[in-house]
Amino acid sequence: MSSLEHPLYNFEITHAPDAGGHFGRFGGRFAAETLMQPLLEIEQAFYAAWADPEFHRERLDLLKNYVGRATPLYHAERLTKLSGGAQIYLKREDLNHTGAHKINNTIGQGLLARRMGKKRVIAETGAGQHGVATATVAAMFGMQCDIFMGREDMARQMPNVLRMRLLGANVIPVDSGTATLKDAVNEALRNWVASCEDTFYIFGTAAGPHPYPLLVRQFHTVIGQEARAQILEQAGRLPDVAIACVGGGSNAIGLLHPFRDDLDVRLVAVEAAGYGLKTGKHAASLAAGKAGILHGNLTYLLEDDEGQVLGTHSISAGLDYPGVGPELALMLEEGRLELDAATDDEALTALQQLTRSEGIIPALESSHAIAAGCRIAATMREDQIVIINLSGRGDKDMDNVFKHLGWLEEKQ
Amino acid sequence: MSARLARVFKRCKEAHRAALVGYLTAGDPNPEQSQELLLSLAAECDIIEIGMPFSDPMADGPVIEAASERALAAGTHIQDVFHLSQAVRLANPEIGIILMGYANVPYVMGFERFAERAEKAGVDGVLIVDIPPEEGAICDEALKAHNLDRILLLSPTSPDERIHLACAKGSGFIYYVSLTGITGAEMGDIIEIQNKVAHIQSISEMPVCVGFGIKTAAQAAAVGRFADGVVVGSHFVNQIASQQNHHQSVAALSATAMALRAAMHREINAG
Repeated sequence: MSSLEHPLYNFEITHAPDAGGHFGRFGGRFAAETLMQPLLEIEQAFYAAWADPEFHRERLDLLKNYVGRATPLYHAERLTKLSGGAQIYLKREDLNHTGAHKINNTIGQGLLARRMGKKRVIAETGAGQHGVATATVAAMFGMQCDIFMGREDMARQMPNVLRMRLLGANVIPVDSGTATLKDAVNEALRNWVASCEDTFYIFGTAAGPHPYPLLVRQFHTVIGQEARAQILEQAGRLPDVAIACVGGGSNAIGLLHPFRDDLDVRLVAVEAAGYGLKTGKHAASLAAGKAGILHGNLTYLLEDDEGQVLGTHSISAGLDYPGVGPELALMLEEGRLELDAATDDEALTALQQLTRSEGIIPALESSHAIAAGCRIAATMREDQIVIINLSGRGDKDMDNVFKHLGWLEEKQ
Repeated sequence: MSARLARVFKRCKEAHRAALVGYLTAGDPNPEQSQELLLSLAAECDIIEIGMPFSDPMADGPVIEAASERALAAGTHIQDVFHLSQAVRLANPEIGIILMGYANVPYVMGFERFAERAEKAGVDGVLIVDIPPEEGAICDEALKAHNLDRILLLSPTSPDERIHLACAKGSGFIYYVSLTGITGAEMGDIIEIQNKVAHIQSISEMPVCVGFGIKTAAQAAAVGRFADGVVVGSHFVNQIASQQNHHQSVAALSATAMALRAAMHREINAG
C-alpha cells in the first residue's frame, strides 16, 4: 500500500477524544506520575504508526494471512426462524485465529511494541482470550510475555491458562482483591511501572488511561467496517440494529463504532446481568453503575457510596469487570447507545440455542449478545436486520458450561 | 504553600535536618487502634501522611495494599479518615498533615465537600496518586478554595517539561518517587536520586521530599542529606502487621520513627 487507502478499511480517526484523551466528561489519563511518560510515549508512537502506510500494510497483512480476516458475516436463517422476527446475521469473530476478536488488538499493539523496540510484553486477562491472543503475538514476534490473571479466573478458564503456557507465556496468578480481572489489571500496572523501559503493556480492552481506549478502538474497528460492507453486499442495505456484549467493551466498540454516524442503525450494548440486575450480583456497569475513576479513566463503575469498587459476578469471566470503556459511557449519555442485559441463565440458554440451530458454539460472553439479539429480533419485522457480534468461540467455556448444565455430575 | 507546611520545612532547615514524613493507612487495622498508632507515629514526625483506604491501590506494593484491605474490612469510612486526621491535629498543632489516596473516593464524595471536610479536620495538603497535573481540572479549584496544598509526584521517568508542569501546578512540596516501581520496593540508586532532586531544586523553590523504598536509618540519613524531606511508608505499616499485639505495634512505631529521626540528625551534623 503506497498511501492510506484500502478497498475495505478506512483509516480516518472519527469521534476522536480531545488531546487529553477525554470522550466528553469520560476517559482521560488518571495515571500515576511514573506511568505518565510511558503513556505519552505510546500515544506518540501510535499516532506516528497510524499515519504510516507501512504500519497498516504490515498490520493488514497479518490480519489477513495470520488471523484469517475478513471474518464472514453469516445469515443465521435457522436462528432467525427460532427467534421469529428480524433477519439475524452473525459477525463471525469466533473464526479469527485464537478464537476471538481479541487478536485484532494484540496484533496492533504487538506491532507498536516492536516499533518501539520493546523486548517484553505484559497483559491482564479475564476469560483468558486476551491473554492467549497476547501470548500468540508474543510467540510470533519472539517477545518475552507475562500474563496477569486472577486466581479465580484461572480456575474458571483452565484450558486458556494451559494454552498460554504452551505458547511460552508466563501466567502469573493474582490473589489480591477479588482475584478477578480488575485485580489482574492492578497487578499488571504495578509490574509495568517497574518495567516500562523494556516492556509494553498490551491492554486488552477499550478502557484504561489514554491512549488505550483510542488505540484499542482503532485496532478493532475492522470488525464493524467489514460488517458494514458485508451487509451492504449481502442485503443491499444497512442493518436496523447492531448488537454486541460489553465487559470492558472492546468487541462492542469495534462493531458499533463504524455505524455510529449511521443514525438509523440502533446500537445496542448487552451487559452481564449475572443472577439478575436486582440481585446486585452482576457486571452491568452501564446500567447500574455511576461515574467514577478506575484504571486510568473516568467512566461508569460499579462502586459503593464511598467510591470503593465492588466485586462483580458473571458466568463469563470476560464480562466480569466493574468498569466499561469511556467512549461507550459517552455514547450512552448522548443517547446513541441502547442498553440491554442478559442473565447467566439466559446466556446459557442462548449458547445451546445457537449451537443446536446453527452448529456454532459461542463463547459465554458472546452468548449474552445472542440472548439479547434474539429477544430484540423477535420484536421486529421479518424484513428488518440485526447484526450480532459473535465475538468468540465457546471451546474455552465447555467445562464451565457442562458444570452448569449438571452434565459432569451425571457422568459419575 | 500552607503556612503550617512552610513553618515545618523552615524549622527542619534551621535544625539542619530533613523533615521526617511518616505514612500510615487510616483505619489500619481498625479505626480505634489506628488512632493510637497514628498519634504514636505523629509524635515523632514532622509531617504525617494519612492514607485513605481504597479497594484498588494500583501504585502500592503488597504491604500498603494489605493495610488498605485490613482497613476496609474493619469498616473504615471516609468520615473515619477525617476523624483520625482531626485527632492528629488536636494532639499536634504544628505537624503537617497530608491526605494520600486515589481519585475515586474524593471524586465520588465530590471534591468540594471533600476539601471542606479535610480543611475542617486540620489537613494541610492532599496527594492523589492518580490525578496528574493534566487532570487537575477536577480538583484544583476545590483544594485551593479550602487552603489545601496539591502535592504532586515526580519520578525518575519525568522529563524536564513534566518537572516544570508539576512545579507550576503543585504546591506544598514535591513528592519525588525514588524508583520506577510501587511503594515498598527496593530504593533506587542514591547518586541518581541526588542528581534528580538537585535538578528539581534548581527549577523550583518548592521543598522536595523523597519516598518509596526508604526503610533503614542509613537510607533515611543518606537521602536526608540532600532532600528537604524523607518519606517512610511501608516500613511503618510493617510495624503494625509484624507485631504480636497492638501495644507492641504502638511501641515499635514510636521507636522506629525515633531511630530514623536520630539517624537523620547525626548524619547532617557530621557532614
